[in-house]
Amino acid sequence: MAPRWGLGALIVLSLAAAAVAGEIPRAERRSGYEFMSRETRAMQDDDTANPAMLWVLEGEALWKAKAGSAGRACTDCHGDARTTMKGVAARHPAFDPARGRPISLEQRISACRVDRQGGPPLAYESRELMALTAFVARQSRGLPVDPAMDARTQPFLDAGRATFHRRQGQLNLSCSQCHDDHWGRQLAGNVIPQAHPTGYPLYRLEWQGMGSLQRRLRNCLTGIRAEPYEYGAPELVDLELYLMSRAAGMKMDAPAVRP
Amino acid sequence: MSTPSSRREFLRTAGGVAAVMAAGLAISVTPARATSEAMKDAIRKVVGAAKVTAGRVKLELPPLSENGNTVPLTVSVESPMTPAEHVKAIHVFTELNPQPDVATFRLGPRAGRARVATRIRLATTQTVVAVTELSDGSFWSDTAAVVVTLAACLEDA
Amino acid sequence: MAGALINVPERARRGEIVEIKTLISHPMETGYRRNQSGARVERDIVRLFVCTYNGAEVFRAELHPAIAANPFIVFSTIATESGTLSFQWTGDNGFSVTESAAITVD
Repeated sequence: MAPRWGLGALIVLSLAAAAVAGEIPRAERRSGYEFMSRETRAMQDDDTANPAMLWVLEGEALWKAKAGSAGRACTDCHGDARTTMKGVAARHPAFDPARGRPISLEQRISACRVDRQGGPPLAYESRELMALTAFVARQSRGLPVDPAMDARTQPFLDAGRATFHRRQGQLNLSCSQCHDDHWGRQLAGNVIPQAHPTGYPLYRLEWQGMGSLQRRLRNCLTGIRAEPYEYGAPELVDLELYLMSRAAGMKMDAPAVRP
Repeated sequence: MSTPSSRREFLRTAGGVAAVMAAGLAISVTPARATSEAMKDAIRKVVGAAKVTAGRVKLELPPLSENGNTVPLTVSVESPMTPAEHVKAIHVFTELNPQPDVATFRLGPRAGRARVATRIRLATTQTVVAVTELSDGSFWSDTAAVVVTLAACLEDA
Repeated sequence: MAGALINVPERARRGEIVEIKTLISHPMETGYRRNQSGARVERDIVRLFVCTYNGAEVFRAELHPAIAANPFIVFSTIATESGTLSFQWTGDNGFSVTESAAITVD
């Protein structure tokens, strides 16, 4: 079977890239939604047809279910998610004083399960964690991306930015080369988006299931033939933080559908 | 690779295999995939010796699909959907998937409207065929060609 | 997984054609994929979807592996009388899910 990436095409791509990538001007930022076909957009727009809604509904049920040794449900502390979780996904990754660093929404939910409900951590990409994350993220739909940033998050933001601009992998490409310099161009039959995480967690047609931003980032790293960081790795969370800050002000459309 | 017009030729006449062979077309066969042959057999299993005429049924698929895992499909038939005159079934087939059957939808006068939508998988760029069976025993068909692209940046399988 | 998502209007006029949208959570494993060690992953699909309206069958879909994961099916039925629309999905490995929705017909 032919390799999915024509190496020749990739070499041309990397040589053609500018020496230093500039960030996309705010006015030119476009959501991944806009790069999709009409049919895929229709799949996302209709809550009765969006496969991600299966996870949102399950998440809603889990929100009300008692869990862990404390026998507590999310709702016991957080009440109605429609009110209390509004804007939460739009603000993550957020600084966690207990851990001394920003953590992702998935990490936050799993931490709550352990610390407040007295249960085992929720495994990354597990059905339960994806359902709860999708349900929480749904409450931020339509709100602007607005990660909570201050002096404490600065070093992690800088690390994330550095990762985004660093050449990696056997193909020696940086995220920035595709997503800042060559967005809108074709790659393996799809259009390169700008890499804004407004839709996460999302239903990726390629996965035929729900996944987190970290899952997608690991796919990107595999794509450039780099060793993907482990789920929950600081490099991934820092990158998430940088991507959210890069998308600040853009509308959340979670849980989205993407090819 | 046979052309769309020759497929319509087949569907107009019984014994369509003979027509295709006569046209001297090469049908490429890859071990992992069904061939137009398998699709023809699958259609024959449904229609038997009956004639299949192009028309009445409309198959809607995007001409270019972003991901072959999920391709939206709508199939509809012009029919009054009365007890006297209605759609009994709509069958969907693919030419080059590992096996040709996709789905059979069984309707009837209680449907009110002969229109079904779903999402299908397409293994590669290919043709999709819909065959409808009406209450009078007649069979009608439509075809649609879809280009299937590969996503970039995949997981290791 | 939240088994199924069904969209049916709660009310309809007698004789009106209502559109019903259904989504069921299921991987629709084709049986053609291979796992890391090269062994085939066995087929595991939803094979049949049936809709009944106050007990009478009004729609049936026979599915094959070419139906995408998390099968989505949209069809229509005439609102004949108030009552219950029942939806059943059955498939490999004893898969069986039944959901219902009430409809009021004026």
